Amino acid sequence: MNTRKYLLPAAVAGVLAISLSACGGGGGGGTSTGGGDASLDGRGPITYVQGKDNSNVIRPTIDKWNAAHPDQKVTLKEQSDQADQQHEDLVQHFQAKSTEYDVVSVDVVWSAEFAAKGYLQPLKDKMALDTAALLPATVKAATYNSTLYAAPVSSDGGILYYRKDLVPTPPKTWDEMMGMCSVAKSNNIGCYAGQFQKYEGLTVNAAEAINTFGGKIVDDSGKATVNSAEAKTGLGKLAEAFKNGNIPAEAITFQEEQGRQAFEDGKLLFLRNWPYVYNLAKTDGSSKVKDTFGIAPLPGQSGPGASSLGGHSAAISAFSKNKATALDFLKFLTDPEQQKFFATQGSLAPVLSSLYTDPALVAKLPYLPVLLTSIQNAVPRPVTPFYPAVTKAIEDNSYAAIKGEKSVDQALTDMQAALQAAGAK
Amino acid sequence: MSTEVPARSEATATPTAPHRMPGRESADRKQVTQGRWASMLLLPTLVLLAVVIVYPVINAVTMSFQKDAGLNPVTGFFEQGGFAGIDNYVHWLGQQCNGQACPPGTLGSEFWSAMGTTFFFTIVTVILETVLGFWMAIIMARTFRGRSAIRAAVLVPWSIPTAVTAKLFFFMFAFEGIINKLLGTQILWTGSEWPARWAIIISDVWKTTPFMALLILAGLQLIPDEVYEAAKVDGASAWQRFTQITLPLVKPALMVAILFRTLDVLRMYDLPAIMTGGANNTTTLSILVVDQIREGFNSAGAVSTITFLTVFLVAFIFVRFLGANAVGAATSSGKK
Repeated sequence: MNTRKYLLPAAVAGVLAISLSACGGGGGGGTSTGGGDASLDGRGPITYVQGKDNSNVIRPTIDKWNAAHPDQKVTLKEQSDQADQQHEDLVQHFQAKSTEYDVVSVDVVWSAEFAAKGYLQPLKDKMALDTAALLPATVKAATYNSTLYAAPVSSDGGILYYRKDLVPTPPKTWDEMMGMCSVAKSNNIGCYAGQFQKYEGLTVNAAEAINTFGGKIVDDSGKATVNSAEAKTGLGKLAEAFKNGNIPAEAITFQEEQGRQAFEDGKLLFLRNWPYVYNLAKTDGSSKVKDTFGIAPLPGQSGPGASSLGGHSAAISAFSKNKATALDFLKFLTDPEQQKFFATQGSLAPVLSSLYTDPALVAKLPYLPVLLTSIQNAVPRPVTPFYPAVTKAIEDNSYAAIKGEKSVDQALTDMQAALQAAGAK
Repeated sequence: MSTEVPARSEATATPTAPHRMPGRESADRKQVTQGRWASMLLLPTLVLLAVVIVYPVINAVTMSFQKDAGLNPVTGFFEQGGFAGIDNYVHWLGQQCNGQACPPGTLGSEFWSAMGTTFFFTIVTVILETVLGFWMAIIMARTFRGRSAIRAAVLVPWSIPTAVTAKLFFFMFAFEGIINKLLGTQILWTGSEWPARWAIIISDVWKTTPFMALLILAGLQLIPDEVYEAAKVDGASAWQRFTQITLPLVKPALMVAILFRTLDVLRMYDLPAIMTGGANNTTTLSILVVDQIREGFNSAGAVSTITFLTVFLVAFIFVRFLGANAVGAATSSGKK
């Protein structure tokens, strides 16, 4: 029979379906470390690329630079406010070896991938950057294969929000905090919550639990080392708290915002969240805990817990023609004056430890001293060029463990195998 | 026999008739010129289609036979993977990672469950939407006051972008959301498998039933009233009129509507991606493709090609099934 007649419309329908998914484009790779030596001394106008500047932080900063450097002006290229789209935009430009982007803002978890693909200019020798004044964890997150690839610009860490009307002194350790859950029970509220929905936030929380109890997801050479007794203790604490109800069952659906709302509604005794919650919980009209909450470093094994690290770094494209100017701009961004402006104008946590005790800044951002402890004890999420696969391995298996679908042992065995399959071996 | 297919505008393909009569010839020439004109006018569109549809498809297929860039452990840099043969396909279809079964927590381990989830969503939502859409179409086909207002109102869910719908339902199905409040329940809608699946199905049905309803409505309005009147005179009951007249006559339109919906839902992405992030066994093939794009383009090329072939196969079965019926209805004799 004449199947052609049916084949064509079917083919068209199918083709329409695929054309959506096929627009990823291009191959990966390339080991080039970028242009010749000439570009290292290159000076001239450059372009700085970052996500949407919602709180008007970077424009005034660039204006200031341009006023001082009329012959080496910086042009801002704003991307969308979606992290995935920013990543995609950067990859497309890097793959095309575009000279259009000179300095790019990278999320801390992207730097290893970009470095391993040869997209970023290593910051060594002539291009070296003095990191003495920077918080060590932020430098570690921008370092791949013992080489620094980006300048930390902003940081972030988890802190513990607690109800000071119910528990006068915040818990220092995890076990102490779990001991205080009887207070929550007698007040008929939930005890502790973080971010446990299956998304990047779960990687952050699971990594904190594992790191806090001395486990390591990936070691310094990039090998998966998560199947350890320490990691088992850490993840086991989360699973146990879910099981005995110290973490309320609904927390499995919590991202940052749901947790914040529950805490502001007075339904939680402890909440692990980012510093942004502080101002909202203080000022939100609907917040019932305005004057009754306090903040503390994350509870740990015996002292402060190991927070995961957030934030952004600035890196120089390997294909930039004016790297000398670019390096100067990097130094300018990490300068105390700019860092202070980022903190006051955009509530971005500085990368210079000295600023965390600056009285003017602390007056404006009262959480800074607590955040400093958090970031000083922070462990970056795995620095690996396979980050998307690594974070999936962590998310999927820790989700199964905290839901009780898998034993913690099995979850860590699977996580280890999945990390190795992802390339971390 | 294929030669029996009613001649359409394909006349230009066979311009030579055995007997050439003077008047006929000029008509033929006219047709040939017209045909040339037609193809020239169509050319820009065809080129455009080739660029935006054919090229990406071919590119995706080519990529799917390449290895993804791998890390050179000595230098710490990525290197091009080279030709992969069918490795990427073996990886997905056999769920093999580096020569062994993909461990849980890798995209490779989710292929068949994603395939199953996709088909589960397809079957359940299409059935629900067809039944509800039919019901809505029958109501809308009646004449009553405010009919056009109802027709317009029904379109509202359809006109809202899917991502927005997904976000709306995400908030409604939250633990503290309105659905739990209204039902007086404490269900973790997005936190366990079956509630999550039903949340997605409900959202999808809410959003796309109007689309079905309108397509079916168009079919219903083609049925002349006389047929119903004649049936009434013959003493057919309401049920008989529905099964003997409405259903057979609306079938072509219904089939087209079902085909569209099926193809659409086979590439479902936004609803599960936004509502659950693919957790709790709600990962569809499209989510798998997009997640894999972040991990490696070439392997993503393979899984998108597999998705393409799957959709193609379903479409083929449908069109063949549909086409047979359309021909049967049109000629009603001869071919079986």
